[in-house]
Amino acid sequence: MPTKYTEDMLKNIPDLSGHFGEYGGRFVSETLMPSLLQLEEHYNKLKNDPKFQAEFYKDLADYVGRPSPLYLAERLTEKVGGAKIYLKREDLNHTGAHKVNNTIGQGLLAKYLGKPRIIAETGAGQHGVATATIAARLGLECTIFMGAEDVQRQSANVYRMKLLGAKVVSVESGTRTLKDAMNEAMRDWVTNVDNTFYIIGTVAGPHPYPMLVRDFQTVIGKEARQQCLEKENRLPDALVACVGGGSNAIGLFYPFIADESVKMYGVEAAGHGMETGEHAAPLCAGTPGVLHGNRTYLMSDENGQISPTHSVSAGLDYPGVGPEHSWLKDEGRAEYVAITDDEALDAFRTLTRVEGIIPALESSHAIAYAMKLAKEMDKDQIIIVNLSGRGDKDMHTIAAIDGITV
Amino acid sequence: MSRIKTVMSSLKDNGKSALIPYITGGDPEPGLTVELMHALVDAGADIIELGVPFSDPMADGPVIQLACERALKHNVSLIDIFSMVTAFRSQNSSTPVVLMGYLNPIEKMGYSTFTKCAAEAGVDGVLVVDLPPEEGHGFLLEMKTNKLDSVYLIAPTTTEDRIKAICDASSGYVYYVSVKGVTGSASIDVASVAKMLTVIREKSDIPVGVGFGIKDAESAKAVSNVADGVIVGSVIVNTIAENVGDHAAIISKVSSLVSSMRKAMDA
Repeated sequence: MPTKYTEDMLKNIPDLSGHFGEYGGRFVSETLMPSLLQLEEHYNKLKNDPKFQAEFYKDLADYVGRPSPLYLAERLTEKVGGAKIYLKREDLNHTGAHKVNNTIGQGLLAKYLGKPRIIAETGAGQHGVATATIAARLGLECTIFMGAEDVQRQSANVYRMKLLGAKVVSVESGTRTLKDAMNEAMRDWVTNVDNTFYIIGTVAGPHPYPMLVRDFQTVIGKEARQQCLEKENRLPDALVACVGGGSNAIGLFYPFIADESVKMYGVEAAGHGMETGEHAAPLCAGTPGVLHGNRTYLMSDENGQISPTHSVSAGLDYPGVGPEHSWLKDEGRAEYVAITDDEALDAFRTLTRVEGIIPALESSHAIAYAMKLAKEMDKDQIIIVNLSGRGDKDMHTIAAIDGITV
Repeated sequence: MSRIKTVMSSLKDNGKSALIPYITGGDPEPGLTVELMHALVDAGADIIELGVPFSDPMADGPVIQLACERALKHNVSLIDIFSMVTAFRSQNSSTPVVLMGYLNPIEKMGYSTFTKCAAEAGVDGVLVVDLPPEEGHGFLLEMKTNKLDSVYLIAPTTTEDRIKAICDASSGYVYYVSVKGVTGSASIDVASVAKMLTVIREKSDIPVGVGFGIKDAESAKAVSNVADGVIVGSVIVNTIAENVGDHAAIISKVSSLVSSMRKAMDA
């Protein structure tokens, strides 16, 4: 079937100045502009450099443990009684989530650029752990910024980062969550731009970050596409992934964009319910605006102030989203939906009991939507869900909801 | 000639530099801002930079972050800021006012409405911290249509080819960010500022205001020896923060701080 998403068209997403249609771009204060331009220049050279690519893929294989399996969740499929549900097992990666694909890539960039210090923001702590891990392995100094509220609800990951040698800065400003951690990381970067590489954890931020993080994460979708062809001899009918900033979703979606028969569903956090306003679903309920260096769908009030967000999962608790998702939404190529805290928690328990896989609360949103979707589909149809991370980090949150202290 | 150009050229003729204090609009409460603006003028301010509070001021240090939070507790919006400027203008028609803020509130209002309302209120220039010239073509056109000056930033990291492009996009003055970092962080190194100013002046004859790291009369004086404008923010905002709840103290302490700078600069 001919597609409008030809290779030539996708080459221009983003365009040379980092725009995905009207989204993306480079909205930062002048101090950072030269660094971003330099990063872009280096990355454009390295992405076609066989030596860099070989080193990246070698690390993904030997250090991360890729390829991650595409697992047919038979009992879950049976329980739901609809389409076949496959899980892309990013939870089996070293450090327990998809985040490490990107930190391996950006860690190599830092090494090639000769920067001795790396910084990162983190929400659930998975990106922070993945960054601290790479820093330990490359022998780089590492500082992680984390909202004070997240430090509290993800204490196991905080300890993990410290064990790995990173300094963890608890950010007390604003809403004390991921967006504030990102503000603080930007402030550090602007101050230490000469010796510091900022490893952004998602497909947001100023150009070239949304592009390069996507490129590093597309290994997920490339593998899943091939694995599905091997196992089922055809492409899947639908892809489902949770969307906070959107890196695991873009990683899965991107290699399928030209396959227009494959539907793509990004699952945002509906928190306490969309009608309450206490959620983190900018694509479902936001409007375009500018935050953290890019134009994208945002949750902001009538005066343009960024709204507080809520999700039980720290990794989805963010008022913006990667600009490429904004583009995919307006294009109608991907559909964005939302799952509440309660639905995600139900899915968390279901997957744990039925498949013996404890998913991250973030990924539980994707599982919850996939279960709804599968029910509406035929038994010979196929869904691939990105199981972006494992739930070990969420034990305290779940136990607290159950009234148990662990 | 714009109000900013008039002020800048008359100072230049007299061999003086502009003193440009910054306050955040609505900090610590909206009712005090206009009075504070007049006090700044009385203490020797030539131009006022009025901050538009934003929930996520990424380029600012803790002092101005907290000022934004204080203002936002009163839900200070762009419309409120315009009302403050209108009120200020009813008694002062000569001191330029430059709004300084972040892009999202302006995007939300729309470039066309924002620039029209700003011009009507008597705003003279606008500096949008997170809008580099590359992304700002549409905004710049609206600014020009409404005869507003666009102030852009130059940083210590800015390359020579960018300096030229930034100066070309700017009118009124350019704002040289004298240190790598956020507002209110490090102290200024006047020698390195002077070196950068030489480079900027080779590319353009637009006046250069220097900000970030000017903390007292002494550093204001040192910068005024090399720059066309001395921009002072965090130390003033900090004075406000230390006296929250006591309006008379805010006015008198900010006034004496600014006038000590003025005196030192003119000495």
